[in-house]
Amino acid sequence: MSSTLLDIDSIRKQFPILHQKVNGKDLVYFDNAATTQKPLTVIDALNTYYSLHNANIHRGAHTLADRSTGLFEATRKSVQAFINANESEEIIFTKGVTESINLVAQSYGRKYLTAGDEIILSQMEHHSNIVPWQMIAEETGAVIKVIDMHFNGELDMQHYQSLLSVRTKIVSCVWASNALGTINPIKDIIDLAHQFNAVVMIDGAQAGSHIEIDVQDLAIDFLALSSHKLYGPTGLGVLYGKRKLLETMPPYQGGGEMIKEVSFEKTTYNSIPFKFEAGTPNIGDVIAFNEAIKYVTVLGKDAIAQYEQSLLTHFVNGLYALQNTFGEKAISFIGTAKNKVAVQSFVMENKHHFDIGLMLDAKGIAVRTGHHCTQPLMQFYGIEGTVRASFAFYNTVEEIDILLESLKKMLERG
Amino acid sequence: MTITEIQDDIIADFSLFEDDMESKLFYLMDLGKRLPPMTPAHQTEEYIVKGCQSKVWLFPVFEEGKLFFEADSNTEITKGLVSLLVKIWGGKTPEEIMSSELYFIEKIGMSHMIGSQRSNGFSSMIKQMKMYAFALNKAQ
Ligand SMILES: Cc1ncc(COP(=O)(O)O)c(C=O)c1O
Repeated sequence: MSSTLLDIDSIRKQFPILHQKVNGKDLVYFDNAATTQKPLTVIDALNTYYSLHNANIHRGAHTLADRSTGLFEATRKSVQAFINANESEEIIFTKGVTESINLVAQSYGRKYLTAGDEIILSQMEHHSNIVPWQMIAEETGAVIKVIDMHFNGELDMQHYQSLLSVRTKIVSCVWASNALGTINPIKDIIDLAHQFNAVVMIDGAQAGSHIEIDVQDLAIDFLALSSHKLYGPTGLGVLYGKRKLLETMPPYQGGGEMIKEVSFEKTTYNSIPFKFEAGTPNIGDVIAFNEAIKYVTVLGKDAIAQYEQSLLTHFVNGLYALQNTFGEKAISFIGTAKNKVAVQSFVMENKHHFDIGLMLDAKGIAVRTGHHCTQPLMQFYGIEGTVRASFAFYNTVEEIDILLESLKKMLERG
Repeated sequence: MTITEIQDDIIADFSLFEDDMESKLFYLMDLGKRLPPMTPAHQTEEYIVKGCQSKVWLFPVFEEGKLFFEADSNTEITKGLVSLLVKIWGGKTPEEIMSSELYFIEKIGMSHMIGSQRSNGFSSMIKQMKMYAFALNKAQ
């Protein structure tokens, strides 16, 4: 057993979904990069909200409306503290990382991009950090440039520097890659971009649950997070933006909540964050998300990261052992950067990832197989897809051994 | 053997594994490996079954009013599945194919192979084979 500050047994008790059989075997959930499971506190908060507090927020003067507004805004404050934002008004609730990026692309992009301006992305971006930029580039005549990668899954920072110029208006980059696990040096990426007065959007989908976040220290301009990858409810995310940027940006959608005054002649918009939160928001999930943030905060990102790294090391060593037995080609690692979150992608010789996924499912093991919404990255490696195991603090080395054992059996069959 | 008899045989074979899904899949892959190789010239884009996550090729051969199939897949489990369909429907008349009910898949405990995103391909294969039967029937 790896030593850890975390009490994994009692943590696992807090996640009811983990305690079930799949195909007759104990569920082993290694698809945490796709979505994380929810602790009881989050599930209970949803139940409590709909049982006791449900009311529309920022409107009626009645007691329930007051209560739900208070709880809703409390989450905004928690997110502010979680990422060390300067003010809670800089926290906007969205549907998720995807919507957060679309919001910035559509609102900031449409206002500030003109023909010939450049947007820098990286080779390892998730489709949701590619397509919104392609859409706005097509509309404005802006051009997309792509940062090259080394074979181990690290960005080519020299190439990045060579791409930066006065034409660079936006750099949008993933903090931790969902397919490779690579943690990118975003401090350097941001500092360099700022030398050219470009704004930087960080896709924090995979970083949120593993890495300590301080948006002020890193000088992040825009940060996108998804609640569901952070042990919170689905369909909810966060966009952080610096006040001075958000204030100059036009609204993204029109409707209730986002206005100050409406007449048919002229409408004036509400201030941030409400300007960007048109319509009744996802109140129940926002309120429950607070419990997820508390859960992660109480465990502590350092303790989480340390334990998850021990899981990753155990798995990687297990894969090396399989290589020793069955030959180096039997398993190829995809993503071997020095600095990684607890994600390992791999491919197996003469075995399609589709078959591996189904074989593992037969043993109750959930991994992700395919291109992980990163097709340009798969093209870089010249593969169709990978098998990806991604770990969370409720996973154990015993579970990893079950996975390794299943892979071994597949290799033995040839 | 009739379509029903062949299905019952398959069900009997798989029942030996009881609830051991891993062994069932290994067995399915072994069945796939025994599928006769396709004529390379038939393994073209035109004969890829649409709607599968993995690649599946199905080439129909009409002979004396009966339908035979050459098939292949780039994934072993799917190849195993298509080999079962070839075993059940290969060498049957279009009427037999069109009027048959496939019930073996539930009975061998693999109904999760149908309809789900993982292998909506299975339904596509069935549909494609029935289409060939329909076409042959009309041509006759
Ligand atoms: C790196 C990365 N970016 C963006 C996304 C999209 O997040 P969401 O689907 O929650 O909007 C994901 C989720 O898969 C991701 O892993």
